[in-house]
Amino acid sequence: MNNNDPKGIPQTTPRMSATFTRDVNSDIRRAAATGIYDIRGGGAKRKLPSFDDLLFMGASISRYPLEGYREKCETSVTIGGLHAENPIELDIPITIAGMSFGALSGPAKEALGRGASAAGTSTTTGDGGMTPEERTHSTKLVYQYLPSRYGMNPNDLRKADAIEIVVGQGAKPGGGGMLLGQKISDRVAAMRNLPKGIDQRSACRHPDWTGPDDLEIKILELREITGWKVPIYVKVAGARPYYDTTLAVKAGADAVVLDGMQGGTAATQDVFIEHVGQPTLAIVRPAVQALQDLGMHRKVQLILSGGIRSGADVAKAMALGADAVAIGTAALIALGDNDPKWEAEYNALGTTAGAYDDWHEGKDPAGITTQDPELMARFDPVEGGRRLRNYLKVMTLEAQTIARACGKNHLHNLEPEDLVALTMEAAAMAQVPLAGTNWYPGKPGTTY
Amino acid sequence: MQTIDLSKVGLRETNKMLQAQSAETNQTSWEIVNPRGSHAIACGLNAPIEVTIKGSTGYYCAGMNQQATVNIHGSAGPGTGENIMSGKIVIEGDASQYLGATGQGGLIVVKGNASSRCGISMKGVNIVVQGSIGHMSAFMGQSGNLVVCGDAGDALGDSCYEARFFVRGKVKSLGADCIKKEMREEHITFLRGLLDEAGIDADPSEFTRYGSARKLYNFHVDNAGAY
Ligand SMILES: Cc1cc2nc3c(=O)[nH]c(=O)nc-3n(C[C@H](O)[C@H](O)[C@H](O)COP(=O)(O)O)c2cc1C
Repeated sequence: MNNNDPKGIPQTTPRMSATFTRDVNSDIRRAAATGIYDIRGGGAKRKLPSFDDLLFMGASISRYPLEGYREKCETSVTIGGLHAENPIELDIPITIAGMSFGALSGPAKEALGRGASAAGTSTTTGDGGMTPEERTHSTKLVYQYLPSRYGMNPNDLRKADAIEIVVGQGAKPGGGGMLLGQKISDRVAAMRNLPKGIDQRSACRHPDWTGPDDLEIKILELREITGWKVPIYVKVAGARPYYDTTLAVKAGADAVVLDGMQGGTAATQDVFIEHVGQPTLAIVRPAVQALQDLGMHRKVQLILSGGIRSGADVAKAMALGADAVAIGTAALIALGDNDPKWEAEYNALGTTAGAYDDWHEGKDPAGITTQDPELMARFDPVEGGRRLRNYLKVMTLEAQTIARACGKNHLHNLEPEDLVALTMEAAAMAQVPLAGTNWYPGKPGTTY
Repeated sequence: MQTIDLSKVGLRETNKMLQAQSAETNQTSWEIVNPRGSHAIACGLNAPIEVTIKGSTGYYCAGMNQQATVNIHGSAGPGTGENIMSGKIVIEGDASQYLGATGQGGLIVVKGNASSRCGISMKGVNIVVQGSIGHMSAFMGQSGNLVVCGDAGDALGDSCYEARFFVRGKVKSLGADCIKKEMREEHITFLRGLLDEAGIDADPSEFTRYGSARKLYNFHVDNAGAY
């Protein structure tokens, strides 16, 4: 580097290690200073094979498109008709994923309800029970049944339009909930029956059942308590999708919610988020295969989540066989999370808009992932609901645009044959041909 | 007294009849015969009725109970009285694992023994066991009281919050962050009341109290080994 070296020997440029990157080194320094693993919100941030590695082929001489403004492309979906008297009817196949009151503020939950209801879809409670805000503002509300059972009670259970038994979450397959002291306000503490201000780590296994045989009996009990009226979903992480889907269906689930490793969380160890689970792209086909092998595809609905951002993602998920998708992180961004308008405050927290993920600390400048009354007051649930509705509408229009281009009059008619893959990995995971070829790794009839 | 033969009427119809009772019902006394270990019997009740089950029951009997009194004249399967809100469950025989899991209120009385994970994640229920209980009982117990007239197995009260445990016999081992506590006058008075309510004849002063040391409430690196 030093051009004035007296001996005239050229200096090499300083070279960063590909192994010990700046990020890695900062992780090591943080660990050395604190003695505890890093906890954060959000999903896997590393680059993963994803829906971006798939493309639709669109229309051609042999496949003609639908006329954009004249020919209808339906988007409705019915979830849970197999065993439930009152299945859930949604106008669009994009649902709002379970996010706990506690992780999110009351007004944020209200906004999710307003936006989803205006767009004709459902919202989901989370690890902390049902709040009046979300029950009032959600026309269709799915009630989560989690290992912690915080706030669980039969009255709320009977107010739900569906029940979702949570076995796992894509961000942390095998991990329990976390809510740190800063967010255990009086209201959150009372709902969860916990002392105020403690660091709450909730269980990862259900307290009164283990394994698929027990799950079947648990589903029976929940149906008996709710009179067989509402659908029962089972949510699993994208760990072993073929077997988990098979076992959930055998246990009597009406729908399977499958969450890949890009899926967000309110608070989990970074090591868990980045190193456990499978990418969303990789888990769809095995789950669909399981449903097909049981003769249950389209009878038991598959709801896919984990990094869904756009109508293109929705269309790709559905082309691979999902019946609907769920969104978490994207919905929070639509509400205003990580908005550059708070950049100065993100900077003060040592981060930048778009990278802010310390949702567990309760200091969210956007007032969404917090229980701090002052920060919460910055967030307007009516405006937030309107933004979410707009976003859901745009995603739906985008998915319809793609479906029409593929000649489909319902999003459900999209199929793997509409897709090609850009990479070998994506071709193998999605079981669609590598672009420009008629081949994908593991294609039947080939030996490679 | 209404008598239901479960083997003839079936689970759905039986539960439907019991769940349909309101606070003003005059059919307050019910008997279920031939339970034959069926699951989810008399779950989700919400009326001040008394249901007596003549025989042993499977999983989740009287699950999420509100107001009702459910008597089991036999032994009870896993998860009996799970998430009980109020009312009372009396088991004449033994109880399997996860008795009263996540229970939020009400009272569960076991005349025999209770298996492992008794009172797991309890959130306000009172459980009184005349015999002994198995390992990992009251794991992550949040509130409520677990009373054991016999002995407790390994890891009692592991990672508990504010739940209290009263054991007359031996405790094989205490779980993480669970410690022995002083039995003050107020505790003896409270325990006497609870034993009376449960109809169990025992001297409250013979019991030892256990509960949370509250060391794991907020993370400290020196306690990392306990996690
Ligand atoms: C703030 C936040 C809180 C969450 N809370 C829960 C929860 O309580 N229960 C649950 O099953 N999943 C929870 N999740 C996961 C979501 O239900 C969903 O699986 C995930 O967000 C989907 O991935 P996406 O965020 O990429 O859309 C949460 C996610 C976020 C972002």
